Amino acid sequence: MNAATGPANDVAERLYRRRTLVNRLAIVLSCAAALFGLFFLAWILWTTISKGIGGINWALFTQITPPPMEEGGGLANAFFGSMIMCLLAILIGTPLGIAAGTWLAEYSGARRIGTVIRFVNDILLSAPSIVLGLFVYTLVVAQMGGGFSAFAGALALAFIVLPVVVRTTDEMLRLVPSQMREAALSLGIPQWKVIVQVLYRGASAGIVTGIILALARISGETAPLLFTAFGNQYWSADIGGPMASVPVVMNQFAASPYETWQTLAWSGALVLTVFVLLLSLAARAIILRNKISHD
Amino acid sequence: MTDLGFAMSAPTVGAGRAAAANTPPKMSARKLDFYYDGFHALKNVNLDIADKRVTALIGPSGCGKSTLLRIFNRIYSIYPKLEARGEVLLDGDNILDPKYPLNRLRSKVGMVFQKPVPFPMSIHENIAYAIRHFEKLSKADLDARVELALRQGALWDEVKDKLKQSALGLSGGQQQRLCIARAVALKPDVLLLDEPTSALDPIATGKIEQLIAELKEHFTIAIVTHNMQQAARCSDYTAFMYLGELVEFGQTEQLFTKPAKQQTEDYITGRFG
Repeated sequence: MNAATGPANDVAERLYRRRTLVNRLAIVLSCAAALFGLFFLAWILWTTISKGIGGINWALFTQITPPPMEEGGGLANAFFGSMIMCLLAILIGTPLGIAAGTWLAEYSGARRIGTVIRFVNDILLSAPSIVLGLFVYTLVVAQMGGGFSAFAGALALAFIVLPVVVRTTDEMLRLVPSQMREAALSLGIPQWKVIVQVLYRGASAGIVTGIILALARISGETAPLLFTAFGNQYWSADIGGPMASVPVVMNQFAASPYETWQTLAWSGALVLTVFVLLLSLAARAIILRNKISHD
Repeated sequence: MTDLGFAMSAPTVGAGRAAAANTPPKMSARKLDFYYDGFHALKNVNLDIADKRVTALIGPSGCGKSTLLRIFNRIYSIYPKLEARGEVLLDGDNILDPKYPLNRLRSKVGMVFQKPVPFPMSIHENIAYAIRHFEKLSKADLDARVELALRQGALWDEVKDKLKQSALGLSGGQQQRLCIARAVALKPDVLLLDEPTSALDPIATGKIEQLIAELKEHFTIAIVTHNMQQAARCSDYTAFMYLGELVEFGQTEQLFTKPAKQQTEDYITGRFG
């Protein structure tokens, strides 16, 4: 410091040093917090990979779940069952969800019922999935005299898909600028055509992303399937009967004392994790591509 | 101007009849009131829009000029709690009558907005989309109509080699001319332009103004503008609005050089607004 700087500058200098120190401390702490979170994520991933990679082979995808104590076998019936039920759930949940979301965004206007439906939908969105499973159990399974079925499983998963799709459709349509509506309607084109042919195009990337994320979510759901699709140790393509699924098999096998079953559970976990990761990447890619094309 | 046969009678408050002795007006507002959820936004507006002329609506923000324009194709009706009372005549028929078919009204009265809004489709499809809704044309006829519309929108030369590309890739000025072409493609009688150049740079603005001069050969044009020079350059008639009322209406030259009302003079000389 030179002589020209008075006591006032000394104060400023001290305050400046203090701020620098506090700033460094804040950076270090936030980095530590981020690393702490990432550490466990990496640990979980590493455990899944190291325990699951050994069981990844052709048989995993071609053979069905083995009886206990028996060598070999795979998860073919569980993969197939999960695929069937997830696709069926998307097929049931998506059209309903898009229709309901469209009504909310485009037709409910300032009506109070729109707000009420949005609120109820948000409750459904955060409802514990086991409650949805029990609901479908009483609605379908118990009515059929306790007959578990893949259809009931798909229905329970569809109740998870529905609120996600309702919400993304509603939000994505409301993000389409109102000038777009005005411009299309001012050409004398009826409202339903404007929605289907113009607004859906503007909102499609967001809606598709929502559907993909819903698929990622239901592919790992166990609770809704426990009382509905139940499980099946054999190959089954009958949606009227019980059907195996990856999460339910994992739930059963991981907790068993048999080593072959435990290995299969870890392999299933790895495949499921990679599948969900790929879906998330696809969702990100769609959002990114859409952003670029709009700029 | 005088050879067009328009009367130069001095306009009076609330009476916008500066129109022709022999040509009937294309559109006219009669005792028009407008309410936004109870707020009285337009008060007893009477205005004639002359056929195949440009009528400019000027006035400070919130004076009701855009509101008035948005009644002419009933685009306001897509929002709840808005209400228009009185009459708006198009070729003598009251368009505010609920029985007047809305989609036909909008095909006859096209609109271009402040912000260019191309649809998320190709340039060709932006124009063809609306035509296809009203007419069944062969591919060759449709292509010809798209070309005609793009030529009328003074855009053809710039886009003829990339008709299949997304319209979102065009510049702001090009997008706005695309929107004008899209409106013109339906062969409307009237074109409503709601501050069509306020989002554009001076060069793009110049092109649009030139385009307006060409388009008035075929269409009746009503333009809302914040820019008084623009009103003076482009329009044949000007309406000055203030606080929901039509203060003065007359031939543009008359209104800008010898305004009859003190409020008009204050506004055009920049004393307020």
